[in-house]
Formats: sequence, C-alpha cells, structure tokens
Amino acid sequence: MTTERERRFVGPRRGQLVFAAVFVALSALLLVMLPEQTAWTKKTKLFAQPRFWPAIALGGMALFAALHLYRLPWKRVSRYDMREVRKWSEAVEYAGWFMAYVIMVPVIGYLPVTVVFVPALAWRMGYRSRGMLLLSVVFAVAVVILFKAVLAVRIPGAMLYEYFPSALRSFAILYL
Amino acid sequence: MDLLISAFDILLRWDVALALLAGSVGGVLIGAIPGVGPAVAIAILLPATFSLDPIVGLTVLLGIYGSSMYGGAIPAILINTPGTAVNALTTYDGHPMTARGEPRRALSLAYSASFFGGVFSVVCLILFAPVLAKVAPMFGSREIFLAALLGLILVVVAHRGQTLIAGALACLGIFLNTIGMEPVKYTQRYTFGQDFLGGGINLIVVVLGLFALSQAFVLLTDEDEKIRVSRLRGGLFQGLRELARHPRVAGVSASFGVLMGMIPGVGEFTAQFMSYTYAQKTSKRPQDFGRGSSEGLIAAETSNNAVPAAAMVPLLALGIPGEALTAMMLSVFYVHNVVPGPGLFQNDMDFVVALYLALLILNVLVLVFLLFATGALVQVVRIPNRFLGVCILTLSFVGVYSLRNSVTDCLLAAGFGVFGFVLKRLSLPAVPIILGMVLGGIMEVKLRAAMARIKTPFDFIDRPVAFILFSLIIIVLVAHVLRVRKDRLSLKEAEWQTKTASTSFGALMWRRRNSFLKAHGKKVRARHSRLLRRLTGLF
Repeated sequence: MTTERERRFVGPRRGQLVFAAVFVALSALLLVMLPEQTAWTKKTKLFAQPRFWPAIALGGMALFAALHLYRLPWKRVSRYDMREVRKWSEAVEYAGWFMAYVIMVPVIGYLPVTVVFVPALAWRMGYRSRGMLLLSVVFAVAVVILFKAVLAVRIPGAMLYEYFPSALRSFAILYL
Repeated sequence: MDLLISAFDILLRWDVALALLAGSVGGVLIGAIPGVGPAVAIAILLPATFSLDPIVGLTVLLGIYGSSMYGGAIPAILINTPGTAVNALTTYDGHPMTARGEPRRALSLAYSASFFGGVFSVVCLILFAPVLAKVAPMFGSREIFLAALLGLILVVVAHRGQTLIAGALACLGIFLNTIGMEPVKYTQRYTFGQDFLGGGINLIVVVLGLFALSQAFVLLTDEDEKIRVSRLRGGLFQGLRELARHPRVAGVSASFGVLMGMIPGVGEFTAQFMSYTYAQKTSKRPQDFGRGSSEGLIAAETSNNAVPAAAMVPLLALGIPGEALTAMMLSVFYVHNVVPGPGLFQNDMDFVVALYLALLILNVLVLVFLLFATGALVQVVRIPNRFLGVCILTLSFVGVYSLRNSVTDCLLAAGFGVFGFVLKRLSLPAVPIILGMVLGGIMEVKLRAAMARIKTPFDFIDRPVAFILFSLIIIVLVAHVLRVRKDRLSLKEAEWQTKTASTSFGALMWRRRNSFLKAHGKKVRARHSRLLRRLTGLF
C-alpha cells in the first residue's frame, strides 16, 4: 500500500532512487577531486580564490542531493526502477542518430545529408507513407534554404564540395 | 516625447518590421504545437540571430517569447493539452467551455485577455522606465550579487516539494559555469587536461541539450496521439466585449503579472496562481471555476501574458535574468557587446523603449493575425508527435553546430540532451541548471569585486538597497523554513490518521524504556503477568 509520504511525493516513483544515488555519487566524486582539479593561489583572499566557487557549487550539489536521497520515501531499487533505466537508454539511440548527422555534414555536405537524414529518421519512426516521406524531404530542403541560404548561419562547406567544378564549388560552399 | 521619437526611429526599418512579423507569426505557430515551447525555439534560433543587428535579433526572440502564449491557448482550449507550460491553467476553464460547445468564445476570450495583459504590462513599463533609470544606478557590485542570489534562491524555493533536488541542480549549474580557464588567476578548473574543456562549457550548448534535444528525445520515444479537434463556430470578436465586462479581474491579474514578472525567479506560474485565486475569491460565482468560468480564463491568460515585458526589467536594468528564456536572451546581448545593466538605462534609454514599443506592436500584430487565421492555425495541432521530434532534432543541429562548428560541442549537447530527457521523465526541473549557470557567473564576478572594498561583514549590507535585498533573502528563507515545517506537520498528522502504529520508531523505543525503568511500569507488568497466569490457569 502506498503511504502518505509516497502519495505526497512530487513526480513519478520509477527511477527516482537510481537518479538520486548516481547524482550523489558523482557529486561526491567531483568533490574529492577538488584539490587536484583546482588551484589555491597565494596572497589571494578567500572569495577571489579559483577554488572558492567550485567548492561552493560541488559542496551544495553533494549536500542537497544527499539530503534529497535521504528524504526519498523509497530505499530499495525495484524492477520498475530498472525498467526506467532501460527507457533512459532508448534516448541514447537518438543521440547516436544526432551524432552521426553531425559527423557526416562536414564530410558530405549540409543539404545532401539533411535530405537523407530526415526521411531516414522518419522511416525509423514508422512513417512509411509516401506523403510523410515527401513531407520530410520538403522539410529538409526548407531548413537548409532557410538557415544556410537566407540566414547565412555558419555551417562550413563539405569536403566533398572540393571535388566539384570551380563555379559549382563556390555556390555549393555558400548555399548548400 | 523625444525618447519615443528616437525609439520609433530605431524601429522604422524594414528588417525590424520583418523580424516583428516573423517573431509574432512564428511564436504563435510554435506555441500552438504542443511539445515545442518557446524555450526550444529560442534555443535553436539563438545562434542564427548572432549575425543580425541586436535590435533585429532581440525582436525575433522577444516576438517568440511574447506571442507563444497566445498560440499555446489554442490546444489548451481545444484539446485540453497546453501548447506551452504556462497555458496549463488555461485548460481548467478553457476546455470545459469547448466541451459545452463554446470553443470560439473561449478562444476569443483567451486572445482578448492575453492582448490586454500584454499591452497593460508594456504601457506600465514604458511609464515606469524613468523611475527604473533612477533606481538602476543604485545597484553596485554587492547589490547585483545579492539580487542574483535572491533570484537563485527564489527559483529553488519555487519548486515546492522538490526544493532539495532543485537546489542541487542549481549548484550543478554554478559548477558547470566554473569549468574551464578561470579568467583572473589563469588557472584551470575541472578541465581534466582536455583542451575542449579549457574554453568552458557554453551556455547555449547546455540550453540546446536540456531544452531542445531532450524534448526531441521525449517526442521520439513517445507514442503519437490521436487528436480530435472541435469545429469552431461563432465570431472571434465577442471576447473583447466580454473582457470589458470584467475590468477588475483583468486589471488585477495584469498587475500581478507585471509585479511577479519583475521579481527574478518568480515568473508566470506564481502570477497565474495569485490572479486565479484572487479571481475565484472575489467572484460572484466561485463554483464555476474549473468548469468553464470566463473570469478564470481571463485571470489565467491576462497574468501570463503580462509577464514577458516585465521579465525584461531585471534583465535590462541589472543584467539579471529571472528565468530560462531571459537567460538565453542575455547571451544575445553579450554577443553584440551590449551589456545590460544600470549603464544601459542611462546611456541607451531609446534602445530600451524601442524594445518595449516592439513588444506593443507585436501584441497588436498577433491579435490581428489570430482573429483572422485561427481556423487555419488549428491544423498545426495535428502534426504527429514523433515527426515533430525528427524536426526538432534536425533543427537542433543548426543551433549547436553553427555556434563554433565544433563536434565536441554537439557531443556535449547530446549528453545534456540525454540528461534533460532523464530529468523530464522524472518530472525534475531543468531551469535551475540554466539559472545557476548564468547567475553563478554573475555572482562570482560581483562578489570578487564587492569584497575588494569591504573590511567587516556588516559593510556588505550598509547601503540601503543592499540591506533591503539582504532582508528579502532572509524573509524568503524564513518563510520557506516555516512552510516546510507546516508541510511536515500536516504529513505527520495525515500519517497518524491512517496508521495505527506509532510513526516514530525512536519515540516507541523511548516509551518502552521508560515503561521498563519506572516503578509504575513494574506494577503494570506484574498485573499483566498475574492476569495472564490466571488466564492460562483456566485451561
């Protein structure tokens, strides 16, 4: 039966204990590294010491997170917690997609990679209809035109563009 | 008058006009799509605005900030899902109106109330600007340090029931800001010998990870929802007439919005809560609240739209952002070498007034756009969730990569994206991290500057503004401690009511010990054992 303390807890139960425990452990680890990762300079006041603010921040992190962990109404990891951890790892797949996109753009080019990436991810998400795939291609082209050609944000030309004929190369570096 | 004319001079340019239009229409669209809040949009567009003029870039961002709440009311009223987080209260009274067949009335009332809130706050602040210009120079290093500390404490305390972890996350923000080369003694802090950490962790990378990428991950790992949108009937202009019948509720709600917006770290939610409670308490029909009350809808929408203009006050006057969105805008100022703070009000007053006028024009544009385009805009709600996730992921790339063309930045952003995703799954707040990063940086610099001129601790608060701010910090902390005590007592009381056994094991042991040691306890035990012997003797 859920107790009153559990009922009043803000947020879902699953995963809270794991998160709090990992947070406390990491803050404690960083706090232990304080002497080797920061410097204590001579003839400097306490408030101007390079170590002062990291110490305050990490001390606060460790203290508040430890109190949070202590005040949690659950003290044992259940299988729902582990299921939640697996759910977190699902996000890593999409982070991988994102990183693959990031790595390919400087090699192959912003327009070609985006035009392939958006429909491919849409396909992965289960949109198989011709309409949705067309929409994703249109979206990809629109994004490239808006940001690279119109707003001229800084995305360098790709390595592949070097092999283009010279007239096309400068156009591709500037707009594609 | 001269000030107004020079402010208009700044605004009368084709690119500013275009920025206003793009900001207002874009903001409404972004607000209307549940799952894409103004934070996501501003985070993505931030690096793109760096190449624009400060007034143009800020107008686009302000436009998105100011108009997203108008758009957010559409899904809140029609499908009971708030478009942006601050429209949550709109669903209370907006959706019941739709359920009883009055979606147009609810929408028009929400637009009119938002318009009133927006215009009221801008007018208030334009009138208030000369006073601010006088007060702002009274803020020296120690006052700004104390104001930043107050803002940080308010943000942490505002997360009721999650104060401890919000405090830990705010400290994480402060820590993230300290990473890298420290600019005074030139020492490395937590760089682990890595070059890419030497320059520090960029705020925009963290913002994009925590807001945009994490939202993309949430949408991508979620299911698509089936949405049914009710058909709209009736005119959209009736709301203005209905609003005129409740001038008191609208006026008080807008004032709450302005006041709460100006205090760093407080923002829309507190303003809405106070206005809604006020409207309910003073209404002739309080029983209608939560069941489609027009006054409730007015209170919710007026107060949240009065906040954006007011939230610009601490940002412009002191350089202290009160929430995540203004924290992001601060970086636009820094990129253009416009340093917000007391100097801005003294030297560039026309720039400040121009920003407010832009907000005023924006509200008119948005109202006109919504009155004519709501029918078409409703379709935006139908975009499937996971496809939206794909779009946000693609757009986030532009935001992070265009910053420094660095793959490590993207890797860090992806890491913060996963962290933000975990926070979202656990309903934990990400805003304290951002404010910790921004305010932590301000606090470090200002404390160092302030302590150089201070001999005894009392010197720190011997100026009137510093003393007031210090007293406010003490009041907020004491009020928080009292509230925590009250919550604990009510929890104890509830536990006593539902449990038969003692809730405190220590107290139970204490009573057992006393019972064993005292003469009366011995007598009672002797009586009990006698009774027990007599009972067993029967068998």
